[in-house]
Amino acid sequence: MDNIITFDKVSKSFGELKVLDQLNLEVKDGEKLALIGPSGSGKTTILRILMTLETIDSGFVSVNNEYLWHEKINDKVVPATDKHLQKMRDQIGMVFQQFNLFPHLTAIENVKQPQILVKKKNESEAKEKAEHLFNMIGLSDKIDHYPHQLSGGQQQRVAIARALAMDPKIMLFDEVTSALDPELVDEVLAVLRKLAADSDTTMLTVTHEMNFAQDFADRVLFFDAGQIVESGSPKDLFSNPREERTKSFLRKFI
Amino acid sequence: MYWSWEVAFDVLPQLAKGVVVTVQATIVASLLAYVLGLGIAILKMSKSKLLRIVLYWTTEFIRRTPILVQLYIVFYVLPDYGIFFEAFTCGVLVLGIHFSTYTAEVFRAGIDNVPKGQWEAAKSLNYNQYETWKNVILPQAIPPMIPPLANYLITMFKETPLLAAITVVELFRAADQYSNSHYKYLEPMTLVGVFFLIVSIPSAILAMKLEKRFKQRKI
Repeated sequence: MDNIITFDKVSKSFGELKVLDQLNLEVKDGEKLALIGPSGSGKTTILRILMTLETIDSGFVSVNNEYLWHEKINDKVVPATDKHLQKMRDQIGMVFQQFNLFPHLTAIENVKQPQILVKKKNESEAKEKAEHLFNMIGLSDKIDHYPHQLSGGQQQRVAIARALAMDPKIMLFDEVTSALDPELVDEVLAVLRKLAADSDTTMLTVTHEMNFAQDFADRVLFFDAGQIVESGSPKDLFSNPREERTKSFLRKFI
Repeated sequence: MYWSWEVAFDVLPQLAKGVVVTVQATIVASLLAYVLGLGIAILKMSKSKLLRIVLYWTTEFIRRTPILVQLYIVFYVLPDYGIFFEAFTCGVLVLGIHFSTYTAEVFRAGIDNVPKGQWEAAKSLNYNQYETWKNVILPQAIPPMIPPLANYLITMFKETPLLAAITVVELFRAADQYSNSHYKYLEPMTLVGVFFLIVSIPSAILAMKLEKRFKQRKI
């Protein structure tokens, strides 16, 4: 299988703080990847760079065999134009920690509007797709509710449906249960587990839910200080961590 | 000096004509202040530092000088440089531009209040700039702006007598003309004041109600 995502010596700093340090990462098409590690270790920054919400300082990121933050013009590699970024964004979807649903639109309008505006679908195509997705996330009875009328878990499921409606090749989940009350976490994770099992979309999730990471991922990456400390199948990494830093991190979750 | 109903009724037709001009000036000037203010607010967020600095100083300059002085300059000084405006046009232009520097702040605050996550969500769904503004940012930013914008409308309405200084025959000047030719000030000026009160008080109450409503609305 081809790599759908490649990070080649990517560095990124916020002021003095180096969040990614010469990072190399390869993700295969269709792979489900879980990124774990202490806060501030750069996991979320990887997702935000892929979603083009954050620029890179150096190195190269490729998505689907094309540079993300650069483009080739007359065999010269130059920084990407807005047009190029827009083209690349089309292949990527993201679900945020804070849901970020549009509060002035109903649940179904949240899912329909991007399809109509960006994917140029007509009303009935967008509606059909939205209804199908609401069925999948188990919220068919809430389609006309506004976000503030929904619980956090329900809002997050709508946000997942909204991202899926755009048919991305790559889905990014950024700590999607961190803002939820504990009793609402499971309903969101159930949707994601099902999604990971049924879909061949490439998925990257940043999570602090180790049990979920174990079910969800083909591969788990342990991050610390802007670098990958250890990577492996969930079974290997969780039951047989090699590195001391991984061990001490995982101990906190047992 | 005693109140004379005879004088009051005598001046009314002239005042009625003045009212029409006052209302027209308020409407046109406020529309200008809103549109221009929104434009300034958006441009103030531009990536170009030069543009931001130029806008900052221009709006500060306009805001820190009296409207009356601005009216005189545009109406009496600019013609020396070949720029002529009709009195009414000049009045609404100056009033509209002056207040656009205030409404721009309302728009800026309203836009700033939309959480960063909304911009990011729009970007993650690949909305372009126009789609983001139209479908995501402005629909959330505008409702809380309505009460302060309504307050500026009332303030502008109250400032329209300034236009009398550049020969616009609005309500105040209509009354003033009558007063000067009949030496009667009590009735015309009282009626002008009453008229402003009749419009201002209900508008102020309405603005307060709007403010309450938008405060209650939870997003």
